[in-house]
Amino acid sequence: MADTGTLNTVAAGIDAVAPRLGEGPSGAKPRRALSSRNIMLYGTLTVAALYYLLPLYVMVVTSLKGMPEIRLGNIFSPPMEITFEPWVKAWAEACTGLNCDGLSRGFWNSVRITVPSVIISIAIASVNGYALANWRFKGSELFFSILIVGAFIPYQVMIYPIVIILREIGLYGTLSGLVIVHSIFGMPILTLLFRNYFVSLPEELFKAARVDGAGFWQIFLKIMVPMSLPIFVVAMILQVTGIWNDFLFGVVFTRPDTYPMTVQLNNIVNSVQGVKEYNVNMAATILTGLVPLIVYFVSGRLFVRGIAAGAVKG
Amino acid sequence: MTGQAQAGRPIKLLRNLNAKIASIPMILTALVIFVGGTLWTVFYSFTNSKLLPRLSFVGIDQYERLWAAPRWVTAIENLALYGVLSLIFSLVIGFLLAALMDQKIRFENTFRTIFLYPFALSFIVTGLVWQWILNPDFGIQSVVRSLGWTSFTFNPLYTPEIVIYGILIAALWQGTGLVMCLMLAGLRGIDEDIWKAARVDGIPMWKTYLFIVIPMMRPVFITTIVIIASGIVKVYDLVVAQTSGGPGISSEVPAKYVYDYMFQAQNLGQGFAASTMMLVTVAIIIVPWAYLEFGGGRKRG
Repeated sequence: MADTGTLNTVAAGIDAVAPRLGEGPSGAKPRRALSSRNIMLYGTLTVAALYYLLPLYVMVVTSLKGMPEIRLGNIFSPPMEITFEPWVKAWAEACTGLNCDGLSRGFWNSVRITVPSVIISIAIASVNGYALANWRFKGSELFFSILIVGAFIPYQVMIYPIVIILREIGLYGTLSGLVIVHSIFGMPILTLLFRNYFVSLPEELFKAARVDGAGFWQIFLKIMVPMSLPIFVVAMILQVTGIWNDFLFGVVFTRPDTYPMTVQLNNIVNSVQGVKEYNVNMAATILTGLVPLIVYFVSGRLFVRGIAAGAVKG
Repeated sequence: MTGQAQAGRPIKLLRNLNAKIASIPMILTALVIFVGGTLWTVFYSFTNSKLLPRLSFVGIDQYERLWAAPRWVTAIENLALYGVLSLIFSLVIGFLLAALMDQKIRFENTFRTIFLYPFALSFIVTGLVWQWILNPDFGIQSVVRSLGWTSFTFNPLYTPEIVIYGILIAALWQGTGLVMCLMLAGLRGIDEDIWKAARVDGIPMWKTYLFIVIPMMRPVFITTIVIIASGIVKVYDLVVAQTSGGPGISSEVPAKYVYDYMFQAQNLGQGFAASTMMLVTVAIIIVPWAYLEFGGGRKRG
């Protein structure tokens, strides 16, 4: 979606115009690199970029300082003496309530929540989307509409009934309970994603497979899934970042020993007792943000597609 | 529209059966959680449930108590202020960044990566970072003071009157990248010929944006507004991480009110009534949008 822009700048002169000959009388005006327009443009963008980068810089810098240095200097000054102790402490020793085993427990809880939630929600949603795209039955569109409208209902409205349901089946406070909740609330947007993708696939493929006698599951597993890797990746990015970053469901549906990382982080940083160790807090914050950041940087453009498709979930 | 009509008649019953079995999770979620759960909450908001939900109806008592509570009124005022400002600023900043990015610039990917990375972070992380930057003893205030302006005061998170702006700064930092991406996609969807025609006619660039391009991007704007607005109503994590609703109750928001009454104050009826009010708010946003998008007067403007 953004391919043309970068290419065109490289050679704003004759070369860039050549392939577009015949499009009109006014080819691109050759630009000098240091025109006042360019200085304005890149100046503004750079200032904006610095604003967006500043918090990341402050986080990293603070996490590498010792407490005496934090009390003396300001948040922007680079560390005079780099120490990784705050990181070790945040990971293994920081206290939440009675437990003093750091963020590591929350991290593994988050892993144990995210992995099954992502797999289950994508499995269910892809089959749903497939049924909606290729095997519509009476009422299917109605259920789908309810699902999509439901995505806009504030979670607060549905939380308590789910608490009751989970309590009744004995899963309240467990990781499995939270996995179910994430699978439920991931369903609308993922189903929409998969339905739209499957609708866009050439229909002849589906028909040919039908003629050859393939059934519902066969067509899905042998034709649809192999053709849909990109959309599975997009869905995965969407779910991994969304579920990892969740706080509300974590705090409602888990207990202290099953808290996901975000909840534990908030408890460590906002605990009222004791001396505030800002360096440890910032190290803990970076540790929590690391997984979604890695997903973001590794997946690049796919992430943009994912969030554009799934922004509604935000 | 698609081929299901012609797809195959002979084994219709079996075909439907498979699809129906596969759709059971979706049907259950739609009916039990989304419809059932919502009705349940609305229904019980008319009872005086305390620690446990129970069926003793008190009419609209809970709602009267809700609107008489200063804490709820503060929450609504905060949400309104925060909502209007974050909507305006997200759209303006997001669009400006997108317009700059659309000038066939170099390093477009680098800039996009920088503007968007905060969106990958959770609200908790965002809130804690900005809590640190806005910390009066170490953050911006102390930095400016150490430069010589000793009376400089910028302490939003501990000043009740302006605490909501402190939250707004963090929210904009986190969310404008997404708006920029959506706007950029919208700008890229505009035909190059429009720009050429405008240039031939000698229309200045800002006028082209204001009177031609932005009106053409109406669908993108509407979608973006709906996305931002539904996020605004839900705002919770950010407030918890940055201020925990304080100082006092001055940064209270409805989502936090609901949580506190349901799970901490053991006053379920209040929680249900408050969440029903959130539902009403969302409905007010969504219904006109759904009407515009799917309703009758489409494309007539």
